Amino acid sequence: MNASRLLAQILKELLSLLRDPRARAILVLPPLLQLMIFSFAATLEVRNATIAVFNEDSGQPAETFVSAVTHAGFVGRVIPVFDQQHQDDVIERGEALLALHIPEEFSRLRLAGEAAPVQVILDGQQANTAQVALSYLQAIAMAQADAEEPIVLRHAFNPNLTYQWYVVPSLSGILSMFIALVVTALSIARERELGTFDQLLVSPTTPAEIILAKCLPAVLVGFVMGSIMISAALLLFRVPFTGSLLWLAGALGLFMVSVVGIGLMISAVSKTQQQAILGAFAIGVPMVLMSGFATPVENMPLILQWVSQAIPLTHFLVIVQGSFLKAIPESVVLSHLWPMAVTALVTLMGATLVVQRRLS
Amino acid sequence: MTAIVLENLSKTFGKTLALQDISGQIAAGRLTGLVGPDGAGKTTLIRMMAGLLGPDEGSLRVAGLDPVTQGSALAESVGYMPQRFGLYEDLTVLENLRLYAELRGLARADYRHTLDRLLEFTRLGPFTDRLAGRLSGGMKQKLGLACSLVTTPDVLLLDEPGVGVDPVSRQDLWRMVQALTGEGMAVIWATAYLEEAEQCEDVLLLNEGQLRFAGRPKELTSRLEGRCFSLCGSSDKRALLAQVLTAPGVRDGTIEGDRIRVVMDAGCPAPDIESVNAVIPVSPRFEDAFIDLLGGGPGGQSPLADQMPEVASMGDVVSCQNLTRRFGDFVAADSVIFRVRSGEILGLLGPNGAGKSTTFKMLCGLLKPSSGEAIVAGKDLSRFATDAKLRLGYMAQKFSLYGLLSVRQNLAFYAGVYGLRGREKKERIRQMVDGLQLDSLLDSAPDQLSLGFKQRLALACALMHRPPILFLDEPTSGVDPITRREFWTHINGLVAKGVTVLVTTHFMDEAEYCDRVALMHRGRIIALDSPDRLKARAGQGASMEQAFIHLIEAEPDE
Repeated sequence: MNASRLLAQILKELLSLLRDPRARAILVLPPLLQLMIFSFAATLEVRNATIAVFNEDSGQPAETFVSAVTHAGFVGRVIPVFDQQHQDDVIERGEALLALHIPEEFSRLRLAGEAAPVQVILDGQQANTAQVALSYLQAIAMAQADAEEPIVLRHAFNPNLTYQWYVVPSLSGILSMFIALVVTALSIARERELGTFDQLLVSPTTPAEIILAKCLPAVLVGFVMGSIMISAALLLFRVPFTGSLLWLAGALGLFMVSVVGIGLMISAVSKTQQQAILGAFAIGVPMVLMSGFATPVENMPLILQWVSQAIPLTHFLVIVQGSFLKAIPESVVLSHLWPMAVTALVTLMGATLVVQRRLS
Repeated sequence: MTAIVLENLSKTFGKTLALQDISGQIAAGRLTGLVGPDGAGKTTLIRMMAGLLGPDEGSLRVAGLDPVTQGSALAESVGYMPQRFGLYEDLTVLENLRLYAELRGLARADYRHTLDRLLEFTRLGPFTDRLAGRLSGGMKQKLGLACSLVTTPDVLLLDEPGVGVDPVSRQDLWRMVQALTGEGMAVIWATAYLEEAEQCEDVLLLNEGQLRFAGRPKELTSRLEGRCFSLCGSSDKRALLAQVLTAPGVRDGTIEGDRIRVVMDAGCPAPDIESVNAVIPVSPRFEDAFIDLLGGGPGGQSPLADQMPEVASMGDVVSCQNLTRRFGDFVAADSVIFRVRSGEILGLLGPNGAGKSTTFKMLCGLLKPSSGEAIVAGKDLSRFATDAKLRLGYMAQKFSLYGLLSVRQNLAFYAGVYGLRGREKKERIRQMVDGLQLDSLLDSAPDQLSLGFKQRLALACALMHRPPILFLDEPTSGVDPITRREFWTHINGLVAKGVTVLVTTHFMDEAEYCDRVALMHRGRIIALDSPDRLKARAGQGASMEQAFIHLIEAEPDE
């Protein structure tokens, strides 16, 4: 390692990232915009749902039940239907999320104190939303049946299940991951396209220096962007923060190093910038899907669960969500830090080896 | 008959004046060269003739049609082959031809007949099943030409068909084009190679958007009759050139093998220099006339080289021993053997795909040899010897500069990456800026610079650490002849200080600057000698290009 060689390269990387005002804007603005948009758009709460009601029973209990459902908070519009065919059509055409069918004998059974089943037809194409809506319906039915609430629910850490409390901290990890991934994936590939990479390789600089120099500015940019988004979660979205900022910052730094390592691996094997960008997304999107952001890791097949342990985002999400809502203990943070460190080490050494192999 | 009429054409792109008040005529049945260095406005003019670009001012008629208003009719009477012809690399030769026949609306009954004729004409018959992407540069151009000829146009526009084509294939292209003009077609051949201009029947000479000459090439060169001489000297040719260029009345001077070619001002006698043994009058060339038209060549002093310290002689600086590189079945470089002596210029010459770049990359340590050894400055570079790398400078094709950094930042980066720091770094950068007159451009981005300045900046970056060995990979591609002379003045000055230079090129006149030339063909060196002796092999008075063709054709076929 030679300090002046390294310094020259770090400066070069920073300048190529930040010298051009337009490049700067492209780097900084879209992720912040995405944070805003996704924070409001990415919600699993069901609101303004259209439902169809097919009531064949004119009894009082049925009327009360229908009225309770149609006035529920999640219902926007009600389509009354009067025969089976119409009910099927409404679901078929996707006009309603669900259809509620109350049979003739509902009131009779209810008054007799027996179980009174109703039929609910859900649009399975919107599996998640339909499931949520069904659970709302069940709660209403339960209340109607005068049954004593069998279970009292209390959501720990996020009592009102405020969606943004979960989404915004997670997005800070996902978005800063993509910034760092794309910035680094492009870096070697761009130099290869320009021909400056050969120029670097004939100079006395070593592959380790090249990789290190490409690493630092990207980590810096990712870290700053991640910090801005975490600050936005704190100050703008007012997500309660219960952990340690210092530990979170450390975890963000390590997370960025491991992501940059993956980005550099992609870049080192790509011949063109186009390949690098496609590679970054081919790797980035599955990393998000398998990180436990959208679906719990525990639901995946065992092999994929192992794979997800190698994904830095999986661990960072645990840390960032825990730091915000759960006062995550240091020992847990540590247990999620070392897998990131291993990934960082493996990918960075891999990238160095690929560059080295071109030389020898 | 007149095929094309141009009247006061002007075109600007943003602030750059691409064409300025161009008027002229292009005759049918003749080959007209559109000649000029990169950025002269050739492509702009050709695209206007093809109806792809409207003029800002002025008007033109192509085959009796106005390209702006009669675009669709024009498409039938004009064939256009852009610089990088739109061949589909994943289709075969025949599939490409069929596709263009269909796009051009050729009647289906004529397919067989037309395609057979074109395949025979281009001699691509044996390769119909080969993917276009796997053709050589020359064959691609021939296929491109065939595709633009599926219907028989009145006017054929060829934008730099000679780029990336070796002299042998280029000869083929000329032959085909001459056959076409014989049928009454007007063919426009754009080129930056001035030696190609001489083969055209008429010439439009463009420089910086202005039409500098229109007429027969002979008309232009005849103005220089009696002003061109070849000088034989006893002293070192590079020192002699520097001396000649400072002599009074000298318009232009270049090295030609062991001799100096000199163009004098009108009415001036050949320079009287002591060490010159013989002065032989020679006939002027198109390039001489071009330089004369632009006010003469640059001087012979290199302020850059003047600042360089002397390099101690080291015997053999570069040596290749059976250097071989395979890519799968393909042998890109086959048992290459040569040595380069300290303070020598060695040129690597050869058609595309001959293995020049592969050999070069192995020497620089950018590519590991499959077998054999490359020793540079006493070290095997493929083993990653950092200290040996400090002893070589490398200037890549296309001038690899960081476009996102300013000129100053580029210089500082290369100084830093070679381990310079503090006062020494500042001092060295200042020397480069002074020596290459870069001071007015320090804050601009390299992408905004002209090709000539890019080349200077790339040279400055490659020389920042004062390497005793310099590798130049096609260093003057696309730059105009005056800039090329300036560049070689610097290189000559460096060699005079003892720097060793390895250069790849496909400019034949650039080969003349070399002390020795290694001619590569299909991965092997087929000749290695001084330029004069190589020329002598092709017969008395042969040019470098003729020598090149002669030596390659003497090789047995695959």
